[in-house]
Amino acid sequence: METIQGSEPQLPDPGKPFPVTTLGYPAEMIGPKETYERVSNQITDEPLHHPHQKAWLIGFTIAVLMLLMFGVAVGYLLFKGVGIWGINIPVAWGFAIVNFVWWIGIGHAGTFISAILLLLMQKWRTTINRFTEAMTLFAVMCAGMFPLLHLGRPWIFYFIVPYPDTMALWPQFRSPLVWDLFAVSTYFTVSLIFWYIGVMPDLATVRDKAKTKWKQILYGIGSLGWRGSAVHWKHHQSAYLLLAGLATPLVLSVHSVVSFDFSVSQLPGWHSTIFPPYFVAGAIYSGFAMVLNLIIPIRRIYGFQNLITTRTLNNMACVTLATCWMVAYGYIMEAFMAWYSGDVFDKYMMHDRMFGPYGWVFWALMTLNVLIPQLLWSRWIRTHDIALWFVALSANVGMWVERFVIVVQSLHRDFLPRSWQMYYPTIWDWMTLFGSIGLFMTLLFLFIRYIPMISITESRELIAQRKEGRL
Amino acid sequence: MTTEERAAVVGFPSEVRLAEEDRSLYGLMAEFEEHEQLLEAAKHAYAAGYREMDGFSPFPIEGLAEALGREGSPVPLIALIGGMIGGLGGYFMEWISMGPLYPLNVGGRPHNSWPIFIPVTFELTVLIASLSALTGMLLLNRLPRPHHPVFNVPQFKRASIDRFFLCIETSDEKFERGRTRDFLGGLKPLSVSEVWDE
Repeated sequence: METIQGSEPQLPDPGKPFPVTTLGYPAEMIGPKETYERVSNQITDEPLHHPHQKAWLIGFTIAVLMLLMFGVAVGYLLFKGVGIWGINIPVAWGFAIVNFVWWIGIGHAGTFISAILLLLMQKWRTTINRFTEAMTLFAVMCAGMFPLLHLGRPWIFYFIVPYPDTMALWPQFRSPLVWDLFAVSTYFTVSLIFWYIGVMPDLATVRDKAKTKWKQILYGIGSLGWRGSAVHWKHHQSAYLLLAGLATPLVLSVHSVVSFDFSVSQLPGWHSTIFPPYFVAGAIYSGFAMVLNLIIPIRRIYGFQNLITTRTLNNMACVTLATCWMVAYGYIMEAFMAWYSGDVFDKYMMHDRMFGPYGWVFWALMTLNVLIPQLLWSRWIRTHDIALWFVALSANVGMWVERFVIVVQSLHRDFLPRSWQMYYPTIWDWMTLFGSIGLFMTLLFLFIRYIPMISITESRELIAQRKEGRL
Repeated sequence: MTTEERAAVVGFPSEVRLAEEDRSLYGLMAEFEEHEQLLEAAKHAYAAGYREMDGFSPFPIEGLAEALGREGSPVPLIALIGGMIGGLGGYFMEWISMGPLYPLNVGGRPHNSWPIFIPVTFELTVLIASLSALTGMLLLNRLPRPHHPVFNVPQFKRASIDRFFLCIETSDEKFERGRTRDFLGGLKPLSVSEVWDE
């Protein structure tokens, strides 16, 4: 797998802690002294010996407390019903759908990094793909909860699943909400399979390095008895590549289907053909921002600078900037189409979006999502992790605000002025949002504690390629 | 059990006892330090006429399976068949439930409104294809299999870390304990060990 970027020369730069290319960009894909054994030890150290226990425990405690808050919010919701939220008619969708779209968007970066960048032979993805895939799984879990909670009676959610029931009823397959069920559950299953196929050989490494019997047994079960046979690798690689191929159109379809929930309706602000590509770009944008937000502290705490190099951060920042402009194009086109259509409702929607009661949210969105990320043009920002972290945070919050604008602002003033109403979130709305972040963080902390968070196999491949002079 | 330990138990070098034990000998295994060496060794072994053998490595090595005489993988075909079943089955489900079983007029659309059935058809194609790829891969690899004779070799612990192994199995027609051992020794390995199955 030859790449042009892989063969770039690496020049030492006295002013910088990393080697650079002739154009001054960070060049290093993997630390210079890495060997098969060193990366195996470094990565399996975390599940086996658990260094940095203190930092982990503090983070995990906070995450679990937030998860408990989620439990309280959901428990009260099941007891009282969706009336505890700020939703009303016309704003029936509120935070639940904002959070759903936000979470599922975050998940997209994982598949983008692990599948699309694999097919495009971008080797810098190697050391972050495992982590981002796990992030995808957890984000999709959080996303999936919201439509269920929003049902009002989540315990009969199975009504949406097609099965030959005694009432001879079938779900309405012409409804995007049914498509959502299929898209999200397929996305979760395929991501899980893809992630598991990748993690299997690494669990075998942990099994072989484990000293206690229980760990050997449990990781042995997890690895399914993987022994690294050449024939096994052949089928394994074939399946892995195939899944990457299948996940690529899938990831594009999932957020397209989510955008159909909006664009298939007749509402000004939703009824738009730009929605599918605009949603997909936004998803990858917020996902990359979330990866940066998570990977930068982990890289520092666990000392993974030799594997997750400055080059990886720089490249991720570049993808973030590119998708930022795609999203910005979406905003411009929305405004343009509203004006160009000449439709009075569309024009009013856009005017209300900018200068109506939620106008300040729109301008906050523009600042967070379009203006601040322009800092990524600076190479200094892209190669300095703390500065990069703050820019990524801005994009992350910005994307949540974007979904708020799309859902709430479009709904609150539709065709009939007598039905206009404002939407204000209640404490339960906020508790559910931050509680779902707690669920996400709890799962993530358990993942980094018990499963090798960087692909050992693929890191070894990088080392082998360097030995052959192909990196 | 290592060769030395076994020799102590059976009273090595009692050739008679060892010949009886041969039945539980799985094969001979050579250990290498670099993946290129394993690839070379596999090519030599294939040229020497060995067929029942396998290589072991901590990461996939391009061309190793081919060098061992294992061409191609049927996983894509399995996934294709699964995907077709998923796609056709998904469309059939939509057609039969929205048409014959529960006819419902939505906005004057025909009962078989195919463009609007595509999203679910696509999702089910991908879902069943992926599940088939996973199960196909596991079945072809005969996994899960928690134990295997190669794990009895102590050095094999490093097969998942930084060592590369070539194992010629006793089931091979050309396998002869002494000659095969000499052959493997001639490939300049770090070590040659016997793999016992018990």
